[in-house]
Amino acid sequence: MARLYFEDFVVGHVAEYGDKLVTPEEIKEFASEFDPQPMHLDEEAAKKTMVGGLCASGWHTCCMMMRIVADGYLLNSSSMGAPGVDEIRWLAPVRPGDRLRVRTTILDLREPKSRPDFGFVRTKFEVLNTTGDVVMHSTTNMMMGRRTPRPVQA
Amino acid sequence: MKYFEDIKTGTRVELGSHTFEAEEIKRFARKYDPQVFHVDEEAAAKSHFGKLVASGWHTAAVGMRLTVDGTRRVNENQKTEIMKTGPSPGLRDLRWIKPVYVGDTISYATEIVELREVSRPGWGLMVTKVSGTNQHGELVYSAQGAVFVARRPQ
Repeated sequence: MARLYFEDFVVGHVAEYGDKLVTPEEIKEFASEFDPQPMHLDEEAAKKTMVGGLCASGWHTCCMMMRIVADGYLLNSSSMGAPGVDEIRWLAPVRPGDRLRVRTTILDLREPKSRPDFGFVRTKFEVLNTTGDVVMHSTTNMMMGRRTPRPVQA
Repeated sequence: MKYFEDIKTGTRVELGSHTFEAEEIKRFARKYDPQVFHVDEEAAAKSHFGKLVASGWHTAAVGMRLTVDGTRRVNENQKTEIMKTGPSPGLRDLRWIKPVYVGDTISYATEIVELREVSRPGWGLMVTKVSGTNQHGELVYSAQGAVFVARRPQ
């Protein structure tokens, strides 16, 4: 597969990546280090919380999304990271045994005037579970290097 | 016990700091965000970052950990639960303002910026802004998150 550059992204393009099995061990491992709350650490304690059972930390879901997207296309691109995320919505709990996929939609492309070497690829990321429900979505401006620098106007 | 009715906007809590060491940056990135500038010093030196940087998700996840720890510390000091929180529906305006380099010490703080009535009985929504500042006093990270907080029982 050819390496992806800013010029290769097309507004409206939709793609789907990944088949990530969520295990209880991984949920607890992430939570022990970064989000040690009962609903992410212990099956019994989680039953007594609003979410009613063990579920992944929302940050863990972000990280799983990141890994799916990295393996899906980002590692084969000229990605320069991202300056942030406009919005993240956690819509439903991510449970042990879920298989996660990520659907990407390219929303718009922007070329900063001061930087001829990259462009912003505004992308919507939707995380889907086994039954196809959207459990999380986010929108972010990915910085993507250009194959050839944009001509600078004199 | 504090309830949604007891908390006030403008309240700011210092959450403590974390130093990002190379091994930890790479360990996180190998699992969740294996872009070259997060996993490989030599490749990172050739990237636009110029040296190894922490994944933005790593910076955010550490902020979550310090938030959980900070809340627990306040609870222990007061010998009472400060507030009962539920899950978070999401966040917005997550900004990775400057890179977090190897050896950087990031100090995190959180501030209550908005309290919102919601339709879910027994709960209110608290919006907080978390921020991270490096050892040079530069803001490197900020995000606005929302979390459900229990109301005073009727």
